[in-house]
Amino acid sequence: MGMLNNLMGWVDERFPATETWEKHISKYYAPKNFNFMYFFGFIAMIVLVLQIVTGVWLAMSYKPDAAMAFGSVEYIMRDVDWGWLLRYMHSTGASAFFIVIYIHMFRGLIYGSYQRPRELLWIIGVVIYLAMMATAFMGYLLPWGQMSFWGAQVIVNLFSAVPFVGEELSVWIRGDFVISDTTLNRFFALHFLLPFILAALVFVHIVALHFVGSNNPEGIEIKKNKDENGIPKDGIAFFPYIVVKDMVAFIGFAFVFAAIMFYAPEMGGFFIEHPNFEPANPLKTPEHIAPVWYFTPFYAILRAVPPLFGSQFPGVLVMFGAIAVFFVLPWLDRSPVKSIRYKGPKYTASIIIFVISFVLLGYLGVVASSPILTLVAQVATVLYFGFFLFMPLYSSTKLSNGIISKLWSVGTLVLFVLLAYYWIAVIGLPVTASLIAAAILLVFHFFFATVPVFIRPVEAKPVPERITK
Amino acid sequence: MRKLIIASVMALLPMLSMAAGGGVHLEKANVDIADQASLQRGAKTFVNYCLSCHSAQYQRYNRMGADLGLTDAQVKENLMLAGDKVGDTMTIAMSSADAKKWFGNPPPDLSVTARSRGADWLYTYFTTFYADDSRPFGVNNAVFKDVGMPHVLVDLEGGLKKAITQDDGHGNMVVTGYEPPISAEYEQVARDLTNFLVYVGEPIQLKRQQMGWKVLLFLAVFFVLAYLMKKEFWRDVH
Repeated sequence: MGMLNNLMGWVDERFPATETWEKHISKYYAPKNFNFMYFFGFIAMIVLVLQIVTGVWLAMSYKPDAAMAFGSVEYIMRDVDWGWLLRYMHSTGASAFFIVIYIHMFRGLIYGSYQRPRELLWIIGVVIYLAMMATAFMGYLLPWGQMSFWGAQVIVNLFSAVPFVGEELSVWIRGDFVISDTTLNRFFALHFLLPFILAALVFVHIVALHFVGSNNPEGIEIKKNKDENGIPKDGIAFFPYIVVKDMVAFIGFAFVFAAIMFYAPEMGGFFIEHPNFEPANPLKTPEHIAPVWYFTPFYAILRAVPPLFGSQFPGVLVMFGAIAVFFVLPWLDRSPVKSIRYKGPKYTASIIIFVISFVLLGYLGVVASSPILTLVAQVATVLYFGFFLFMPLYSSTKLSNGIISKLWSVGTLVLFVLLAYYWIAVIGLPVTASLIAAAILLVFHFFFATVPVFIRPVEAKPVPERITK
Repeated sequence: MRKLIIASVMALLPMLSMAAGGGVHLEKANVDIADQASLQRGAKTFVNYCLSCHSAQYQRYNRMGADLGLTDAQVKENLMLAGDKVGDTMTIAMSSADAKKWFGNPPPDLSVTARSRGADWLYTYFTTFYADDSRPFGVNNAVFKDVGMPHVLVDLEGGLKKAITQDDGHGNMVVTGYEPPISAEYEQVARDLTNFLVYVGEPIQLKRQQMGWKVLLFLAVFFVLAYLMKKEFWRDVH
């Protein structure tokens, strides 16, 4: 023991090993009331490591060559020892990563973890989400199946909708006029690089987290109540308490993960799409091109926006806007309290509507579109954005006297009426369907953008001083 | 009672095929990749009838032998052409250019077809070839309309069957049955062949499933231990 202490002392004079351990692990105090939703940040980190490790090993046998890529994946599945396990871990891991991150983001949403002083923490998280989507998109091309090819074709073509420079931009991304061997090669290079950038971003995310401290289901700042030693009274050391708790959650997660990996690795065509077992064929367009499930909500939003002035660009903008809006979320929420537990029923309702629209959009992005389904997607898109864009109105606990709020409320109402007019008169959908859609929007507007501005603001419940439950 | 059930099921069948949505109703393949005898029969049909035009270029002969309970010598003697090595994959001699000339489209490689099309589709495809004089080879198929492939299994089926068609009410003729009806023996041939292709699609799948429950059992035990440890650590917190 003495020798070990001497060694530690030697190291600590040259590197802040003990100091870092204490600051971030053994004396980092997290709220003691973390619930189920708080497991997913930890799990996401483990999934990232899993993806990097399995990815590196897959890269040892994979060939980023249009003539060999598909065959090399089958080679991994059949001839590489345990190659099938690596491949299924990686493919299941990709979907699991998104499930975990979506829950992690949802957690931030309901407990107000994006609010002051955690705005930057949230923004770094959104950057991580974007990097993750880019990584997943490029990785999906690598098996070189039909969906890999045509999915990439559709997504890269989005960039060609950018005015003036679109064509050149899309050629610059592909390195060719179509998705080709060149594209596959560069996507492989970037798919290998991005996860390390992702790991660096996660590091920054945690530095920010440990600086401001963790939020909790009550939305109470535990740093406001410290004992005589400067330790938060409602806090608990990350090691060993949170670590042993997270371990239980992680093993539970691993159980579900293994069940999928061993018994349903394709997950009914959602984790690995069936047409992707046909090699990429540039001459044969599949009947129905659907992105992987984690992109489908945004794909549905893209399809919901009709071309304006003969250009798809507005749809592309709205789709990217659906992600970009997360960046400004901290400034849209004007509620004085953080947690959904004290924000009042209206906020709960808005979250429920948001989740329903997101899941509905996800479903609509999977199936082939039809005029009625496009209408449904348009309603869901408006509700999706309504959650964010009406938030300054329905989260405020004061009736706003400001002209901007009133203009915002009336202006959006006019937009909704115009949209209803467009459905009924311009595109000539069945009247009943259009009326139902219009009614949904107007009722939504009434509760979330009319009442809070002109009639009665929401009432937040009083937040207790200390964590009691 | 049984007659009543059968009659009502028969009456409901057209509704089921409607529910399948546009596509032709697929029969259930009911394959079992643990059934080695079925896989061996399927392998025999595959090498004798399919492997001259279709390859399974990712499937090795000796891997198939090991998984199907056959020795290398048995595989060599019964399932391979002279000259191929037992460690080779199931490739074909026909060039893709010739294939394009003869069939319009080169016959696809069948290594992972069971994963892209599904077992039910394959089984239905094998069992629904019928006579059609308007086609180059005199046959058509109910799930793969105007398929470019001849009915190579016709000998095993004991002759070409005729389709009984009916108007579906939208002006389309749909196949509702066959004359003579599909025989039980041929259904077994199709089932064995489908089973074999399902195996070829993912040779590891049986071992994967056999391994899975052990991993899950380990994790379940680990979960209990981890939970007890958490409880012990947190005893002084609440």
